[in-house]
Amino acid sequence: MDDFLWRAALAGVGVAAMTGPVGCLLVWRRMAFFGDTLAHAALLGVALGLLLGVNVMVGVAATSALLAVLLAASARQRLVPSDTVLAILSHGGLAAGVIVLTLLPGVRVDLMGFLFGDILAVTRGDLILILAVGLVVLTVLAVIWRQALAVAVDEDLARADGVAADRINLTVVLLAALVVAAAIKVVGILLVAALMIMPAAAARRFARTPEHMAIGTVVVGVAAVFFGLAASLAWDTPAGPSIVAAIALLVVLAWLTPRRAISQ
Amino acid sequence: MTDSGSTEPGVSPLVRCRGLTVSFGGLDVVERVDLAIDRGQIVSLIGPNGSGKTTLVRAILGLVPPSGGAIERQPGLRIGYVPQRLAVDRSLPMTVARFLSMTQRTGRRALVVELEHLGIGGLADRPVQDLSGGEWQRVLLTRAVLARPDLLVLDEPAQGVDIIGQNELYRHIRALRDRLNCGVLLVSHDLHLVMASTDEVLCLNHHVCCTGRPETVANHPAYVELFGRAATAELAVYTHHHDHTHDPAEQGHSHG
Repeated sequence: MDDFLWRAALAGVGVAAMTGPVGCLLVWRRMAFFGDTLAHAALLGVALGLLLGVNVMVGVAATSALLAVLLAASARQRLVPSDTVLAILSHGGLAAGVIVLTLLPGVRVDLMGFLFGDILAVTRGDLILILAVGLVVLTVLAVIWRQALAVAVDEDLARADGVAADRINLTVVLLAALVVAAAIKVVGILLVAALMIMPAAAARRFARTPEHMAIGTVVVGVAAVFFGLAASLAWDTPAGPSIVAAIALLVVLAWLTPRRAISQ
Repeated sequence: MTDSGSTEPGVSPLVRCRGLTVSFGGLDVVERVDLAIDRGQIVSLIGPNGSGKTTLVRAILGLVPPSGGAIERQPGLRIGYVPQRLAVDRSLPMTVARFLSMTQRTGRRALVVELEHLGIGGLADRPVQDLSGGEWQRVLLTRAVLARPDLLVLDEPAQGVDIIGQNELYRHIRALRDRLNCGVLLVSHDLHLVMASTDEVLCLNHHVCCTGRPETVANHPAYVELFGRAATAELAVYTHHHDHTHDPAEQGHSHG
């Protein structure tokens, strides 16, 4: 196997290891669309980063933080439901991102690259960054897990139990933003969102506890990365979309598995 | 209620609200409420839908900030809360045992023992989403009890429980009060069951309409006005073994 394949596989595993468990927390709270919004609006962060000549990840982190603030502020009004607010931020961010990208002087921007990433072009530096961020995200997740779970079950009940729900919510949002920022250059906007939300749907079928489900998402994500890369290698399909297609296939397979075959 | 709630001098109540007001958008949902709950006392909060019962409870739990007045909680007060409605999303796999040891870690044996107290010891490994309404209420009650609370707060605990189950539930609540030596704040619009198992009743319609022992409240003009004569007559069936005392000292302020 060539070096670039090893790097692609390791980067994929690193990303899948953090997107799945963070995605679980979003899915349980019916915030799946938030992951999508975060990823779409991240394109604006990429564009601003390129425009201002700062690291793309800094741009993404900044727009994600702005997004979280806007979302929290919008919760004060009741006339427009929160999923509609998310759609506004998502499409607004995506559109603004594309516009800024095309306005960049003298740069021929590979839009497809940002949307679907280029996992086969992962550099050693990218890989180290992904693994480092993955380590941070999983460590923080382990520390706040019980409280985050209590908030996911019911925010009021968690508060009554003395959980600082606001701090937990903010931490989860920041973790999601960190995951997007670390992975976007490599796996693309659409792929990050898919890797956050779709493995949870497959893992739910087999899980009896929240921890099983979180671990299940990592298994599904990692398997999809390998299937996707293998397909890309064998049939010369684009790697990113192949990984997403593999997850979709795993979701279908999971739900087609007869109930009796699952030891419940 | 008010200060007459403290039976022993020098013992402060578990929770005391003084002139508590909670407003949303300029509207007073809870209006200048005085309330005190002592250890070993069951206080019931009754009132029609939308009368501010749940808001008052949420203020006592610290979930909504008061807009006026004060809430004093005993230092280190542990509250066991049973919410009115709680649905764990189906996407979240969760067994009863896992749910019960979520914020306070409880050993499996202690947990099953507590479930058995409520006759649902066999449910520990069932997904919480598969339980019936009555079973789920008991699990929520078990969760609150496992916190070894000083104060149990139950918001409409009899919802979705049939009449026989309700009688049993109220019997359990009284037994829990004795076993844990805790105070109980009970919210209900189910008048007769509340009246039959309560030390103090506080009738709420944003402000406190009347307060006192059940039989006193049941005959208070403000209560009759709020709930109608039919409900009052029905109550008499349940409280007839008490004599209809009319102790003016136990009646709070009336309408106005």
